[in-house]
Amino acid sequence: MTGPLDIARARADFPILATRMRGRPLVYLDTAASAQKPQVVLDAIRDFYEQHYANIHRGVYELSEVATGMHDAARETVRGLLGAAETREIVFTRNATESINLVAQSFGRSVVGEGDEVLITTLEHHANLVPWQQLCLEKGARLRVVPISDAGELEMDAFENLLSERTRIVAASHVSNALGTVNPIHEIVSLAHERGIPVLLDGSQAVPRFPVDVTEIGCDFYAFSGHKLYGPSGIGVLYGRRELMEDMPPWMTGGDMIESVSFEKTTFAPLPQKFEAGTPDLAGAVGLAAAIDYIQGLGLEAIAAHEEELLAYGTQLLLEIPDLRLVGTAPHKTGVLSFVVDGIHPHDVGTILDRQGVAIRAGHHCAQPLMERLQVTATARASLGLYNNQDDLDRLAEALREAIRLFH
Amino acid sequence: MSDLRELYQTTILDHNRKPRNFQVPEGANREADGYNPLCGDKVSIHLLLEDGVVREVGFQGSGCAISTASASMMTEAVKGKTKAEALALFQRFHELVTAPPTGPAETDGVGKLVVFAGVREYPMRVKCATLAWHTLKSALQGSGETARTE
Repeated sequence: MTGPLDIARARADFPILATRMRGRPLVYLDTAASAQKPQVVLDAIRDFYEQHYANIHRGVYELSEVATGMHDAARETVRGLLGAAETREIVFTRNATESINLVAQSFGRSVVGEGDEVLITTLEHHANLVPWQQLCLEKGARLRVVPISDAGELEMDAFENLLSERTRIVAASHVSNALGTVNPIHEIVSLAHERGIPVLLDGSQAVPRFPVDVTEIGCDFYAFSGHKLYGPSGIGVLYGRRELMEDMPPWMTGGDMIESVSFEKTTFAPLPQKFEAGTPDLAGAVGLAAAIDYIQGLGLEAIAAHEEELLAYGTQLLLEIPDLRLVGTAPHKTGVLSFVVDGIHPHDVGTILDRQGVAIRAGHHCAQPLMERLQVTATARASLGLYNNQDDLDRLAEALREAIRLFH
Repeated sequence: MSDLRELYQTTILDHNRKPRNFQVPEGANREADGYNPLCGDKVSIHLLLEDGVVREVGFQGSGCAISTASASMMTEAVKGKTKAEALALFQRFHELVTAPPTGPAETDGVGKLVVFAGVREYPMRVKCATLAWHTLKSALQGSGETARTE
C-alpha cells in the first residue's frame, strides 16, 4: 500500500513544471489532452537508446536479445496495469485512436453487415465515433447513439432499449474526455453481454486516473494512449480478449506479423504479433512501462484520491465566479472542469489565461456532436493531473476573474 | 494586464458586445459562408453588390471576440467600396495582422482597423481575425464555396 500523494515531491519529478510561461510559473491544466512527463520516463527512453537499442525479434546478437526482452517486459507491465489474463492480449499501437481503428477494421468489418447496428454514446471523442461511423457507412449499417442527460450522464434506460438483435458491438468511453463523466461500465458490459454483444471501452481518460482491471470489468476490448498516462506520445495499447483476437483477421500486414511468407501465401504470427506489423515504437514501449511503474509507485488509489479532492476544491472555486457555468456536472466524474463564461468565448478565455501563464484547452474537445447536444459551440476546459495543486486552481480562478474584468 | 489590452482593445470589445451590421441586408445578392475548423467559428457574409460597388453588407454567425469584432468592423470598412478597393483593404489588413511582432505594424491605409495590430502577437488568433475577410473575398468573387481558414 502507498500513502497519500506527496504533491511537492511529485511536482519535482516533472522538469517542465519548473519552466515559466509569460513570466510566471507554468500552471498546466491540460492533462486530459496530454500529460507531462516525469524524469524517470525521459531517462528510460534515453537509457534505452544509449545502451540497449537494437531491433527486436530477429537479432542473433546480445543487444537485440536485450532490446527484445525490454519490449516484452513492457508488454508484461501493461498487462499488469490492466489486469489482463495474458500478455498476448496486449497489442501495442500508436495511440487509442489506432487501437479503436484496429478493432473497427478487423473485428468490426468481420461482424458488422448490412442492416446491423453499432452502438456508441453521445459522450464519445471523435476517436471512438468516426471509425464506427465510417464502418457503418461502408457496410450499410446503422450507427446508434446513447443519449445523455443535461448533467452529462448516459441515459441507461435508453442504452438498454437501444441494444437490439442487430447490435454487433457497443463502443463507449470509460471516462468522458470533454466532461469527465465516469460511465457505468459494469452495467454497460453486463447489459450488452446478456445479449451476447461485445463491448469496447475507450479508457484513455480512465487508466491515468484510477485503478482499472479489465478482467473484473469483463469488457472485450480496452484502448488507451501512452501520452495521457505520463508516457511518451506515439505509443498506445489495445487489450483484446484472446478468444476474440485469435479469430480476428490482421489489420495491417508486413514484417514482424508473419509466420512464413511465399509469393503465393502468408501465414500469420500468433498473438500479439499478428497485430503489430513492422518495427514498433520500441523506445515508446519502454517509456510507457517506465510511466506505468512511476504511477504505480505513487499508487493509483492515491492519485485518484488527490484528484477527487482537487476537483472538489476547483469546483467550489469556479462556482463562486459570477457568470461562469460548469458544463458536465455528473456526480461521478474525474478531474475535468469544463465551463463557459457569459459573454466571453472560450477561445478568448484561453488566450487571456495563457497570458497569465495558465494553460487550459478551449474548443470542442474532439467531441462536436456532444457540444451540439449541450447547446454550446465550445467550452473552456481545465483538467487535472497528479502534479496539480490548490495553487494551480487559485491561479485559474484569479485569471478567470481577470478575464471577466477585461470583458465586462 | 496591459499586454492583453493590446489585443482586446476597447473598440474590439465594443464591437464584440454590439456587433454592427449583424443582419442580412435587404436585397443582398451575394453571400458566402466561412468556417474555421480549428475552433468551429462560423460566419456568413451577405452583400448587395451593384456596379462593382458594395452598397450594403451584413454578417451572421458566432465566434470569439476577435472574429466577431473583425467581421463587424469589416462590414463598416468595406461599405461603399468597390470590389477592388475592398480586396486591397483585405490585403493591407492581412499584412497588419501577420507582420512579425518585432517590427513596426503595417498600419498604412487600414484606418480604424489598426486596433487589430495586437493580433500579430498571437499567431494562433490570426485566423480568427481573417475569417470574415476570407469569407468576404469568396462572396465578392462569387465562388460559392465555404471559405476556410485551414
